[in-house]
Amino acid sequence: MAKVPVEFTLNGLETAEFVESGTTLLNALRDKIGDTSPKGGCHQGTCGACSVIIDGELRLSCLTLAETCGGADIKTTAGLAEGGVLHPLQRAFLDAFATQCGFCTPGMIMAAKVLLDRTPNPSREDVVEALSGNICRCTGYEPIIQAVLTAARANSQNAA
Amino acid sequence: MAIRRGRGVAAINYPTGMNLGGDPTQALVHSTPTGNFMVTLSSVDLGQGMKQIMAQICAETIGVPTDRVIIDTADTDTGPHCMGTFASRGTHRAGNAVIQAAKEARQVMLEVAAEELEVNASDLETDGQGNIQVKGAPQKSISIFDVALSAHFKRGRSISGRGMFLIPRSYPEKETGAMKPSTCYAHACTVAEVEVDDETGEVTVLTVKNVFEIGRALNPKMVEQQLVGGSWMGISHALYETTEPYYPNRDHGGTDFNQYLMPGPGDLAQTEIIVLERPSADGPFGAKGPGEMCANPQIPAVANAVFDAVGVRIDTLPITPERILRALKAQAAG
Ligand code: FES
Ligand code: FES
Repeated sequence: MAKVPVEFTLNGLETAEFVESGTTLLNALRDKIGDTSPKGGCHQGTCGACSVIIDGELRLSCLTLAETCGGADIKTTAGLAEGGVLHPLQRAFLDAFATQCGFCTPGMIMAAKVLLDRTPNPSREDVVEALSGNICRCTGYEPIIQAVLTAARANSQNAA
Repeated sequence: MAIRRGRGVAAINYPTGMNLGGDPTQALVHSTPTGNFMVTLSSVDLGQGMKQIMAQICAETIGVPTDRVIIDTADTDTGPHCMGTFASRGTHRAGNAVIQAAKEARQVMLEVAAEELEVNASDLETDGQGNIQVKGAPQKSISIFDVALSAHFKRGRSISGRGMFLIPRSYPEKETGAMKPSTCYAHACTVAEVEVDDETGEVTVLTVKNVFEIGRALNPKMVEQQLVGGSWMGISHALYETTEPYYPNRDHGGTDFNQYLMPGPGDLAQTEIIVLERPSADGPFGAKGPGEMCANPQIPAVANAVFDAVGVRIDTLPITPERILRALKAQAAG
């Protein structure tokens, strides 16, 4: 099958790849580019494990075709840490024991990041709403909700 | 037609491991040239934290900091034999095997240190910080780093150990049928409060209060994390999850997350967890297996709470609105 060139920015880096037409962004990221932080849980838009941020919006990379991402600004959990220092959300997930097998974690963190970017001081209901598209088998969600609230508090303290 | 409240209680005892022809796990421990310790296992970490617990157990036994231990669970083809990570057996079975292997490795380590320090191995102790010293004379000491170098390059010894833990197969007694199918029971009790809408059959779990008796909690935060997630999973089993809603008929079986239901972050019950630690006699440092047990007592507790609320006994899982409404209808028909 003919390959299609696609160029986008991934976690701040110019990235170019040839993909087969119809390749999902999830498969392009994981199998071609080597960013395995988005996970493939269902490949049909029902689990949220593959969530990434495209031009500031939360997107399911399993339902996004790579060839539609030309020129886009894509962020994944792999790009969150800066200079070896974990992002406040990553720190909070660790401290709150909000991850067990970790399969849902990158998707949860992406969803939480989009929430905190827009709503720096979310209510518990805001957090629940923002995470409602993401499935977790292990944690019972409560530690994840607490981690997001803690990260929000840490952010606002740093800003103050 | 009304929203009715009910409260249910359930208690369980739950075995660790199983006994279908014996239940073995093996472990190997060896030191690297720089005095780190490698534990080789075939037991798999599914995310429950087995690697962390095995590192703690090995470190405690050898007498080094936990970060000096590396756990390799990579390959069930080439690693020492393990029956697997299931039946809440990981910590108990593999942990006991790791203790035995680590003890043997510690003994070799002390012997090499004794040769270096020109003392008896029985006069030595570890300081837990990575050094070996003479009991009562800590100024006479050697780092485990130097002991490992000496073993590898000077004395030609392998600081290593083999561990094996086996619960042997138990056969039923011919006369009585009595046998010991499992060992080392953990216990739990749950009280669940629910609201049942007797018009729609919908159940809302308001609170779940759990007490778990799990032996010694080797890593209390990880135990808590597993119990919180398990409690949620128990409610999920009670009210939502099934692959075969009309079992044994396969019709309408869930094939993806659209149909295989689980409660999301918006459906959480207020959850309380209390941990009782009563160290077990045969567990590593007194541990039992809290893994599967933690998702069980919620199920009968919720069923009992539904009975308390609307007076119908649902004995098929999950307790769906449909099942409740059918039972209410049958009850009304007398
Ligand atoms: S893999 Fe994309 S939503 Fe499940
Ligand atoms: S931590 Fe395992 S799925 Fe969320």
